[in-house]
Amino acid sequence: MEFLRPATLAEALAVKAERPGAVPIAGGTDVMVELNFDHRRPEALLDLTGIAELGEWSTADGNVRLGAGVPYTRLIEQLGARLPGLAMAARTVGSPQIRNRGTVGGNLGAASPAGDTHPVLLATGGTVEVASVRGIRLIAADDFYLGVKRNALADDELITAVNLPDAKAPQQFSKIGTRNAMVIAVCSFGLALHPEQGRVGAAIGSAAPTPRRSRAAEDFLSGELTDAGLWESPAPLRDSVCRRFGELVAEGTEPIDDVRGSAAYRRHALSVLARRTLTWAWQEYRTGERSCA
Amino acid sequence: MRVNMTVNGEQRQADDVWEGESLLYVLRERLGLPGSKNACEQGECGSCTVYLDAVPVCACLVAAGQAEGREVRTVEGLADGDRLDPVQQSFVDAGAVQCGFCTPGLVVAAHDLLARVPEPADEEIREALAGNLCRCTGYEKILDAVKLAATRGASA
Repeated sequence: MEFLRPATLAEALAVKAERPGAVPIAGGTDVMVELNFDHRRPEALLDLTGIAELGEWSTADGNVRLGAGVPYTRLIEQLGARLPGLAMAARTVGSPQIRNRGTVGGNLGAASPAGDTHPVLLATGGTVEVASVRGIRLIAADDFYLGVKRNALADDELITAVNLPDAKAPQQFSKIGTRNAMVIAVCSFGLALHPEQGRVGAAIGSAAPTPRRSRAAEDFLSGELTDAGLWESPAPLRDSVCRRFGELVAEGTEPIDDVRGSAAYRRHALSVLARRTLTWAWQEYRTGERSCA
Repeated sequence: MRVNMTVNGEQRQADDVWEGESLLYVLRERLGLPGSKNACEQGECGSCTVYLDAVPVCACLVAAGQAEGREVRTVEGLADGDRLDPVQQSFVDAGAVQCGFCTPGLVVAAHDLLARVPEPADEEIREALAGNLCRCTGYEKILDAVKLAATRGASA
């Protein structure tokens, strides 16, 4: 094995082009587990922590460009107001030690169906920025997840950043785990209101082979809110609307039975998470007060 | 490969480090610092918690090469010679140490919490220690120890 330590992104991309088998490592919270347990022996590790620009974030034109190497802890502390949904999801990742190291870039690289940030990236309309010696490519989060732990990355590409619009309205994230901390999601749900587009974004985690949008539920709710003029005059939502939204989210899942939960439980739990997060987000939209986080 | 880093204020060098080796292995097996404990090797138990550039991390999840040129502080580096750090002393005084295996990680995590939040609420202590598992104490004595350390001004 080799340990490669590029100092610049250009250098890292050159290495990745020449050695597609080199495994990128940033926070190490996934890669080191595989090494420690002998599950993987890559020909080389490509350490990205020496590349300063990957650890930076910036804002322009109402968007945040979050470097792939920004640890969750910094995201929570520095971007909670601009990216509330992502910050909420980041707060549920592992433990302080894990959040100090783990990154959204790593979550995307692993592309686990259970990755905590994925539902938020899908619901908010995030794009993944990937780079290679051939150039830069922007991939909509929608097109990024291809299968269980498979993503749209080519062999010579590295994830460099995610781009997310500044939140202009409430966002929510909720997750079920078998305890309060340090657990992989049994299922999770991300919600984002996009009043300027008259649209709701909603996505599930841990309940299908990939994280995925809840399109039928999005369309239903967006239609209800728009038809009733609720974006402009936000009245309380009818209970039947919240319930139907939850049902449609549950119908859009393809969960499995496993040690952490049954498919039936996941489906039911997601209908509840969808209803609750919608209630919280809408309450906040109506009153401008955060009702839950 | 060779890895150079500052450990507990001293410049240290480790040779013949395997490229896939963890910082934890280097600390324990090559630099003779067994304070950080090796238990789960997957970031679940927190018993290997150390500061890396002043940020608490699981040493088992840091590739040794990633520590090159960086500053590591282990539980051994908290005490001032024979004088225990107030957090360490509070763990002893509160009876928060039983088998002791989780203690170094908990001490580092608590040390970091008190440096950031000198008077933490119970919920803040629980959240800060959520990444450290203990199988003996039931955590109550550990909470007591952190609160005791806070009253003693551990962050000072």
